[in-house]
Amino acid sequence: MERLKKLTALRGVSGFEEEVRAYVLEEAKRLADEVRVDALGSVIALKKGTEHPEQVVMVAAHMDEVGFIITTVEERGTLRFATVGGIDPRVLQSKRVIIGEKRVPGVIGSMAIHLLEAKDMVPLKVNQLYIDIGCTSKAEAEALVKPGDTAVFDSDFVTFGDGLVKCRALDDRVGCGVLLSALERRYPVTLAAVFTVQEEIGCKGATAAAFAVNPNAGIVLEGTTCADMHGVDDALKVTRIGRGPVISIMDRAAIPNRPFRDFVTATADEYGIPWQYRQGAFGGTDAGALQRAKGGRPVVNIAVATRYIHSPVNVVSQADYLNAQTLLMRVLERMNRFLEVE
Amino acid sequence: MDMRNTLKTLCQAYGPTGNEGSVAQVIREMVAPVADEMTTDAMGNLIVTKKGRGQGRLMMAAHMDEIGLMVTYVEEDGFLRIDAVGGVRPQTTAFRQIRFENGVTGVVGYESAKVKNFAELTFSRLFVDIGASSREEALEKVSIGDIAHFTSDYVDMGRRVCSKSMDNRAGCAVLVEMLKGLEDAAMDVVAVFTVQEEVGLRGAKTAAWSVNPDVGVALDVTSAADHPGAPTAAMKLGQGPCVKIKDASVICTPSVVAWLEQAARDAQVPWQREVLTAGGTDTAAMQMTGAGIPAGCISLATRYIHSQGEVLQISDLEQAALLLIQAAKTGYNS
Repeated sequence: MERLKKLTALRGVSGFEEEVRAYVLEEAKRLADEVRVDALGSVIALKKGTEHPEQVVMVAAHMDEVGFIITTVEERGTLRFATVGGIDPRVLQSKRVIIGEKRVPGVIGSMAIHLLEAKDMVPLKVNQLYIDIGCTSKAEAEALVKPGDTAVFDSDFVTFGDGLVKCRALDDRVGCGVLLSALERRYPVTLAAVFTVQEEIGCKGATAAAFAVNPNAGIVLEGTTCADMHGVDDALKVTRIGRGPVISIMDRAAIPNRPFRDFVTATADEYGIPWQYRQGAFGGTDAGALQRAKGGRPVVNIAVATRYIHSPVNVVSQADYLNAQTLLMRVLERMNRFLEVE
Repeated sequence: MDMRNTLKTLCQAYGPTGNEGSVAQVIREMVAPVADEMTTDAMGNLIVTKKGRGQGRLMMAAHMDEIGLMVTYVEEDGFLRIDAVGGVRPQTTAFRQIRFENGVTGVVGYESAKVKNFAELTFSRLFVDIGASSREEALEKVSIGDIAHFTSDYVDMGRRVCSKSMDNRAGCAVLVEMLKGLEDAAMDVVAVFTVQEEVGLRGAKTAAWSVNPDVGVALDVTSAADHPGAPTAAMKLGQGPCVKIKDASVICTPSVVAWLEQAARDAQVPWQREVLTAGGTDTAAMQMTGAGIPAGCISLATRYIHSQGEVLQISDLEQAALLLIQAAKTGYNS
């Protein structure tokens, strides 16, 4: 869990993944045979297979997170911003944020409640919000922040409850953590571990990386949406915390290859690793890009159920995280069996 | 040309998006006698080659997949929860019969006491009744992630026929009959029966990359505008195949449009131009693959698309096959 804690301390709004990339590069260089950064900024780390090096399995986890980009520094010293990636506008108001390389603290402010008309109450739109960094003039604010700087929610890594973890950006630092752990071992097939950029704004990094790697099969690691809260019909609880790694049946980006999906769940069953289906079809992941670059290939998703995703307080279970790690390694160990049938 | 029987067999085959293996097998058997080569790629596209005189490679694309439903959850009392696979509206899904690949059949119901306004029906309010009384019993018949297609009778109305899945088994039927009738073509024809068109032209994209043709022509249905209260558009049943100018996904390459229209003249078949303001076709996926591929589309005017009673006219399909055979014989010159 130390690695996950380190990963979540780093900032990586889509398009500005430098901090995460620096850490991933350092780790990957230690663990992989060959590491490169592509033109978009994705990290591609190869670990040669022992028995079937020509069979390449690309495993992707995205380094970027949803966040904000500063658009204007106002005369009165406040900042206007746009969201990067999908953020529920209901979670924005009154949240603490950290801006730019200087880590300037700020708070998302809005009109006082007694000055709002009923129709404007909830949720406030992004253009009704601003970031207050305690400055009173444009000049003062510009010394700290420039348009184009990015911001993230200010949210610490906290363990609580029955083995739960809370932080921002667990989507998809859980995937990055699992993938780095997988690089610690060697497998019969070649592992192409790809830490992608710009997933949250449309899977840009994975599109380019999949084209370059052109693997035989693809696995996408994600933090995925979870709706196991009280008051939700069982049928709508898309995933549940603590029930094991999540296997997708379909989303808006891809229908995972059925035989590959069955191979992964059979592997989990054989090793007694708990798992659950993602019982919903919304959202999208790098799997779409990975499935359809060049001539195409089978893909699956292995994800960690994440409550309150895309908010300051993502919540995951440590057991789910570790089980996702074990499942990925078990699948990679026997991946040649699947590829030979294919 | 045996368009009627080919179409009927294909319309009744099972092949919802993401699970096209059965319909691919039916097509394989149909075209095996005339194919020079048949392969299936990683996505499940069936790629059939019929060699000509090698004056360029023509990729034809007709999608095999039909709209359907996927099981997302099984209730304790044996009802299945579902979501759409492709462009399925909840309002047209309620009360329809569906069937899974293993033959398990069900009917779609909705939470009648909770839905006050039918126009606001959502998939989370729909369920499927397969006659099971418990979760265990239901799970003996189906699994989460299984995909069902809609069922309906195939009705021969004379000149016209009515069935589910004319979209796009009609295109597949034209392509099958074209392959059977193709002789001494200038171009090598690579007929691709594509997968996952209904969720975003997915199969055509990877197939076009692998085939890397000189020109691509898609085959699909288009909305006929000849029924009461139809939107204003030119496409009508019985007026011949449509040569697509554009839809919401693509503007067809002008030189391909000209080539297809000349082929219609040479084959002496009527044709109509199609300008569609909505919709997308495999044409777009082919056109934007690799460094770009000149692409066009022959469409079949069809009423009530994505319903259980899609209606079209057999002569339009027969003429489409003749047009395409002529186009392959002549060859495409950019």
